[in-house]
Amino acid sequence: MTTPVIELREVSRRYNDGPPALHEASLTVRPGEAVAVLGPSGSGKSTLLNLVAGLDRPDAGSVTVEGVRVDRLGEAGAARYRRSKIGMVFQFFNLLDDLTVTDNVVLPARLAGMARGEADRRAAQLLETLGIDRHARAYPGRLSGGERQRVAVARALMNRPPLLLADEPTGALDTAAGQDVSKLLTDLNSEGQTIVVVTHDLALARSCTNRTVRIADGRITEDLMSPAVAPEAVR
Amino acid sequence: MSALGKVVRSGVGRRRVQTLVIGLATMMAVAASVLGGSLLVVSGAPFADAFAEQRGAHLSVEFDAGQVSAGRLSESADTEGVSSAAGPFRTATVAPTSDGAGSGWPMTVVGRGDPGRDVDEVALLDGRWPTRSGEIVLSAGSSLIPTLGMKLTFPGLSGGPTLTVVGVARSVTQTADAWVVPSQMPALTAPGSGGYQMLYRFTDAATAGQITAGAKAVTKDLPTGAAVGKQSWLTVKKNAERDTALYVPFLIAFGALGLVMSVLIVGNIVAAAVGAGTRRIGILKAIGFTPAQVVRAYVGQALIPAAVGTALGVLAGHLLAVPVLAETEEVYGSSSLTIAPWVDAAVISGVLGLVAATAWASAWRAGRLRTVDALAVGRGTSMRRGRWAARLAGRLPLPQPVALGLARPFARPARALAMGTAVLFGTIAVTFTVGMVASLGEVMKAKAHDVADVTVPAPMPDFGPQSPASQKKPRADPAAVAAAIEAGAGTAKHYSAATVRATVSGVTGTVDVIAFTGDASWGGYTMVSGRWTDKPGEAVVPTPFLAATGTRIGDTVTVNGLDRPVTVRIVGEVLDPRNDGMQVFTDAKSLAGAHPDLTETSHHIAVASGTDVTGYVDALNKDLAPLGATAQAGGLGRGSDMVVTLNSLSAILTLMLVAVAALGVLNGVLLDTRERVREIGVHKALGMTPRQTVAMVLTSVVVTGLVAGALGVPLGVTLHGWVFPAMGDSAGLRLPDSVIAVYHGAELFPLALGGLLIATLGALLPAGWAARARTATALRTE
Repeated sequence: MTTPVIELREVSRRYNDGPPALHEASLTVRPGEAVAVLGPSGSGKSTLLNLVAGLDRPDAGSVTVEGVRVDRLGEAGAARYRRSKIGMVFQFFNLLDDLTVTDNVVLPARLAGMARGEADRRAAQLLETLGIDRHARAYPGRLSGGERQRVAVARALMNRPPLLLADEPTGALDTAAGQDVSKLLTDLNSEGQTIVVVTHDLALARSCTNRTVRIADGRITEDLMSPAVAPEAVR
Repeated sequence: MSALGKVVRSGVGRRRVQTLVIGLATMMAVAASVLGGSLLVVSGAPFADAFAEQRGAHLSVEFDAGQVSAGRLSESADTEGVSSAAGPFRTATVAPTSDGAGSGWPMTVVGRGDPGRDVDEVALLDGRWPTRSGEIVLSAGSSLIPTLGMKLTFPGLSGGPTLTVVGVARSVTQTADAWVVPSQMPALTAPGSGGYQMLYRFTDAATAGQITAGAKAVTKDLPTGAAVGKQSWLTVKKNAERDTALYVPFLIAFGALGLVMSVLIVGNIVAAAVGAGTRRIGILKAIGFTPAQVVRAYVGQALIPAAVGTALGVLAGHLLAVPVLAETEEVYGSSSLTIAPWVDAAVISGVLGLVAATAWASAWRAGRLRTVDALAVGRGTSMRRGRWAARLAGRLPLPQPVALGLARPFARPARALAMGTAVLFGTIAVTFTVGMVASLGEVMKAKAHDVADVTVPAPMPDFGPQSPASQKKPRADPAAVAAAIEAGAGTAKHYSAATVRATVSGVTGTVDVIAFTGDASWGGYTMVSGRWTDKPGEAVVPTPFLAATGTRIGDTVTVNGLDRPVTVRIVGEVLDPRNDGMQVFTDAKSLAGAHPDLTETSHHIAVASGTDVTGYVDALNKDLAPLGATAQAGGLGRGSDMVVTLNSLSAILTLMLVAVAALGVLNGVLLDTRERVREIGVHKALGMTPRQTVAMVLTSVVVTGLVAGALGVPLGVTLHGWVFPAMGDSAGLRLPDSVIAVYHGAELFPLALGGLLIATLGALLPAGWAARARTATALRTE
């Protein structure tokens, strides 16, 4: 049996005095899986993603990613963990508008101390692979939504992370661009990249993941190893 | 509470750091302005008031009674340009002793039948004017402590007259040390001595040139050499205002720095606060606030902390002014100086008006924004500026956080400029203060003349009745002490300095004549111009002496009050503010024929290289013990209240300005960090550690701090080069290069780095906040 990439054990998280954002959630993701986390707004999807990314800490339970107890990391440790173990793709891209596409993409590698030349070569390779190398010297503001999200994916893959986390990666894109990103994620997964996608987008979940996890009111209500997703599940 | 009130209150509470920064910056601006303004006001007031009230003499001239008659002097009152005159009054230099005290100090006595009216009306402070022989009125500033009923005897005069002190008075133009009725004067005048005093008021007497012209006019028909001394009211005024005037250029510099800096920072903070609240303004307008209400709300938010800061600043300004005003009060005796209420009122209204105007201008612009545009602020991105800098920094072989930080100022050049200006003024203040402390140190060194390794201090002069015990105490014989020093093993060189009180014609009060035996040129005397004395008959004098006597290097002066007048030629100008600069340094042989009292002699010794000073002092003291003298290690350095006050004030004002500068940076970086919270969140999500975040924020002020520091140092040096000579001028001192050129290359570099330090200090807190910001929250921030 392969070592899980993600292992959540009875993880709970509550904000202030409100209801639990996540309640005793357990989840295991193995290498090469593409998991869609589905659920309505406020169900706890983003909380789960933040806990896996080390952006937040659980009140109870454990979060282990690639053998690292993420819930025990301090701020600096969590930052180093994010650099080496995960790549993140956001709904609104979160590209830095005053940096060129290349400079955005090399950022995680440069933060990790990679030499500029090596980082540039890796970025050029990624941009070419993702089909946006012609925009290497452009600023993000000049790109379309789909192109921006490709840049974000390139940035996320820069440090060759074992895990790619995507938070509503098509949420800010039109249908065509959404399909484009969906195909990109599928291709990446087919090459062995472990992916966790938090999304409302059923089409995305169907097209690029091989497992769906449903969350409602902070609890994992369903965990299916099939790409078939019932529409009512995400209402 | 009205809706507007609630918005103002919540705005003040919500932006706590900005509220604090506005309050502190305002407080410091007000404190510096109250202090500076008050000192400027009081510096001239007491003398001007007293001079006008007593119709002080623009010029007092001392004439040799042997060369000109009283009748001819009376005619000089009719000279063109003379508006009124008093005199001639008989004058004499006497050396009275009081109630059997020790040797008396010389003083100028003038015979006047009454206190006068049209010119130099002497103000009686206590007692009455003498009405007959045997009575005397002492000046409040006399070397004898004036006490009614005190008996004065005149040992040097035949007949041994005894006078009773019947009053204490003050002449605003210091025309005498004491007054008696004219009939008393023959008894106080030694045969062949004495003079006449004429007091003049001129129609035009505002400048030194006009006084000189007036002096020429009144003496032109008199025999050459008849006028043996002159005193201009401008000299007296300068002396009277010296202590306070010393502060004026210093406070103007600090006041201007503080005010400009605070205006910039308060303006920047208020403008930034309004700018940062533009979206909130949009929301307020969307829910029904009129543009005018929005403007009032934001002006109110700025005025509340500014009002609190102003109140605290007025308090701080008053407290800081206390020691300076106390110095001024000392100059004028009983005068009780307080801060003029109108200064407070002007500063309060000026500063609050300024804050209100700045806030209004910024809020008005925001208030005019279309609601929909105001609401859209912060959603879009417009980071077009500074891309070239980001690209360039990215190519540098630097860690990524450093590269990102270095490029930041170019993305917000206006904000970087505002921060840089704050740091610039802070650096100027620090540079200026460092220079001032060093210059004052040089002045004190020149004053102390304490380069000697070992000193044998002079015995204290007697003031008042001698007790039987003091009469029994043996007086050290200066020659015997000098011989013991000469014979001491380890003595390399030595000289002795005897202080002798004398008078100089035309100048009231005593002059200290410092008579040297041996070469004193190595004793730490700082020459302004000319040279040190080479032979008997030569003298060096401080600048105020030259000014008071109207002499220059190459002129001669006659020292009176000893057994016979002694004329010396001035060969050098020395920096020495002691005794208000009224000193004459000469070789002891110059006074040989005048038989001065050399009791008050100090000895200054340089020991041979390698000699243990402590062992030398112990050995010398064994030899000196039988002579009644004691040696001590080091010179006769004495502190100065004024230097302590100036150093303390400059330290406080500098700290205030540095704090304001750091607050300006803090505010700028804080705004920047808030604006970039999402960007910082992205960086952190990509793996930026807290330490890297701190590095990024701190390096964002590095360029600003370095540039401001590099510019601030030369400006601070320039300011010092302007202010310190002006301070010296106020004190009547010409300052040599050794006092002005106090900055050395090795000091300038750390001073330039001071700008970086101020910037870093200001950025530390926001950097910490940025490092601690929750990434998940930051990423959700609009």
